[in-house]
Amino acid sequence: MMEISDLDLNIWRGDATGGDIVSYRVPVREGMVVLDAVLWVQSNLAADLAVRWNCKAAKCGSCSAEINGFPRLMCKTPIAEYEGTVSVRPMKAFPVVKDLVTDVSWNYEVNKEIPPFTPSEQDMTSSEPWRMQQKDVERSMEFRKCIECFLCQDVCHVLRNHDAKSVFYGPRFMIRIAGLEMHPRDTLDRRPLLKGKAGAGYCNITKCCTEVCPEHIKITDNAIIPLKERMDDVYFDPVRAALRRLGGGKKNRTDA
Amino acid sequence: MSGPTYETVETDVLVLGAGGAGLRGAIAAAEAGARVLVVCKSLLGKAHTVMAEGGVAAAMHNVAYQDTWEVHFADTIKGGKLLNDWRMAELHAKESPERVLELERWGAVFDRTWQGRIHQRPFGAHTYPRLAHIGDRTGLELLRTLQDRAVHTSGVGVHMEVTVVRLLKADGRVAGALAYRRSDGSLILYRCASLLLATGGTGRMYRVTSNSWESTGDGTALAYDAGAQLRDMEMMQFHPTGMVWPAGVRGILVTEGVRGEGGVLRNKDGERFMERYDHERMELSSRDIVARAINSEVNAGRGSPHGGVFLDITHRRPEFIKSKLPSMYEQFLKLAKVDITKQPMEVAPTIHYAMGGVRVDPETGASTVPGLFAAGEVAAGLHGANRLGGNSLSDLLVFGKRAGEGAASAAKSNPAAATAKLDSKEIDGAVAALMAPLERPAGENPYRLQLEIQEAMTKHAPIVRDGAGLEAGLDAILELRRRAGACGTGGSDSIAFNPGWHTATDLHSMLVNAEALLRSALERRESRGAHARSDFPKVDDAFGAINFIVEETPQGMVVKAEKRAPMPGYLADAVQHSYARYTPEEME
Repeated sequence: MMEISDLDLNIWRGDATGGDIVSYRVPVREGMVVLDAVLWVQSNLAADLAVRWNCKAAKCGSCSAEINGFPRLMCKTPIAEYEGTVSVRPMKAFPVVKDLVTDVSWNYEVNKEIPPFTPSEQDMTSSEPWRMQQKDVERSMEFRKCIECFLCQDVCHVLRNHDAKSVFYGPRFMIRIAGLEMHPRDTLDRRPLLKGKAGAGYCNITKCCTEVCPEHIKITDNAIIPLKERMDDVYFDPVRAALRRLGGGKKNRTDA
Repeated sequence: MSGPTYETVETDVLVLGAGGAGLRGAIAAAEAGARVLVVCKSLLGKAHTVMAEGGVAAAMHNVAYQDTWEVHFADTIKGGKLLNDWRMAELHAKESPERVLELERWGAVFDRTWQGRIHQRPFGAHTYPRLAHIGDRTGLELLRTLQDRAVHTSGVGVHMEVTVVRLLKADGRVAGALAYRRSDGSLILYRCASLLLATGGTGRMYRVTSNSWESTGDGTALAYDAGAQLRDMEMMQFHPTGMVWPAGVRGILVTEGVRGEGGVLRNKDGERFMERYDHERMELSSRDIVARAINSEVNAGRGSPHGGVFLDITHRRPEFIKSKLPSMYEQFLKLAKVDITKQPMEVAPTIHYAMGGVRVDPETGASTVPGLFAAGEVAAGLHGANRLGGNSLSDLLVFGKRAGEGAASAAKSNPAAATAKLDSKEIDGAVAALMAPLERPAGENPYRLQLEIQEAMTKHAPIVRDGAGLEAGLDAILELRRRAGACGTGGSDSIAFNPGWHTATDLHSMLVNAEALLRSALERRESRGAHARSDFPKVDDAFGAINFIVEETPQGMVVKAEKRAPMPGYLADAVQHSYARYTPEEME
């Protein structure tokens, strides 16, 4: 293939103790994406350059990074979109391990805390296959497209600027909860979790997460806002609040 | 003893790999009462299973009422050109519907029929519409469902970004494994009572592949080094449709679902050339036939501008394409600037799947070494000489469960294995081999060697092979093995997330797989399924009853022919039977 020109690729190199931008000159080929350029550097100039990648087709969500300041998948970002220098840094919301690799283990801990899909006893034991209509499963499907690239977590100012991981699960897990809550056969009520440890109230709807989602999931409009509404309906409706004070709370909810 | 120290971690069942087979196996083993530890090379949820797009094959007859396990069995055996382990094919066809429904009960959300049942789409060489799917991201849904199930199953632990380099035995049983953490290079000695290999495929030994960096054939190599037999190693599937342009995306998978939903293949003259190769099934012929047809068209000068052919689905409504093939639409728009609702795609064959692998017992997934089990792509038998699309996801569900149960049962009956004395010299030797590249950082560049392996396999074991080429390939691979013995890290002696070192440690697996492929391919002097030879272009019935078995001997790697037991009458009848053709009244 024809080489078009050279690219100045700036890559942040370093670890938890610190680091700096290192510049590499990369021959650009037609249709090249940022990940190609980074892997070219790894094969030819810096064998120990740490980077995560797997499918190279925007399906696994491994190669998340900040490209010229914007959180993106490197495998899905053509070099041709940029003029001049391209700079690649690791995601800022997570601790750096080395170079472009960050420690995203917190996300896996959060996932464990979310009570899993729970159908009714009858649904679970019945030998009859379930009947569900396409339009009923479509809402849940949108959220299940998530490839766990964690770019939404990276851009979320609650996590990024305030490092409030102890009080807010972040957009990724709002849609995880939404996918479960909107599954036609799920029976759990996760609203106490949303109000409590998941911290749905911390989202103030700036929609940055929706903007960076490579799967184009309408995280804020279709997941977080409806979840907030469900939660508010129980906890912040003044009439209900008065009734609750008189009658006591509902059972059967997940605890935060 | 000086040298690096290691942490010891003990469990009942050690599972290598966190794709569909590994996770399904882990869940099954934990449900059987075992403590399970899953070890994976990448982060959890990134396994190659996410790349499975089209669907999972199961004779649920939700769309075609005529479908039964017998038809699915017959399709699998015919597609595999009779080389399959017939018992595996029988179990697979019978059990896959229940495994799919079980997945739904665990929260997977499939596309529906108008009656609200799980929808099933047509696919290559399946007689009836049979693939349960979620748009074109079935693998992701399957993996995420299993991932959530596994992390919420008590007794299942996960170690992410850990690479296993050697299996360790005590008293002839597999009883442990040596591994390193990618993040900081620290060593782990796993102790276990049984071990399940679910490490996936080996496509990375080719230049143009749909596989990720991980698919270096670790499981087959680990099993081979531990003395296990491998089977059908010559059978490597080219998926007919990978992207060809731009260069950076060459090889990325274009789902067979495009053809399942009505996509047609044309050459540069606009001819629907499959007419000449498989008049009856056309684009939905088996993968080996479609891949070779495309190869022939390109070689005859009838290819597209970038060396492929055209795959066209523009006759479908744009909304239909976007709902049934959303990630293909996105993939081409973003990476190739092609709108597939308006323009045809350019596609060519890409290395996709290893039918061969570790020889296993159909019922339990046990290998020929006690305490060692295998399931999924790393295991051999189900697919014979050619895998049908959709049969890999059902494979990993059916045999992941069986092998998980097999491993749990073996662990239960041999609890002492996890504490039996290991050979300390063997461990020291394995540690020394693992660390060696770090001691000669300026040795040969591992990326260079990896590239040369890929180039040798691409050149000498291509879609149509010949004896002289295979011999030359074997010479090249043996020479590369010698050079890999003195491989460095590409410059750095750091053990902290050093991909140069990681790449060096993967070379051994790639070389074992490459050698086994070439040696087996030389022995099979015929053309059958994915194995085509220009010097033996015909199917030879004498080879039809034979599988080639690879194992290590004191003289090195040997390949031996083994005659397969004939299938029982009721299965032979199922294959012979002529099934009514499916005529869809309404496709959308």
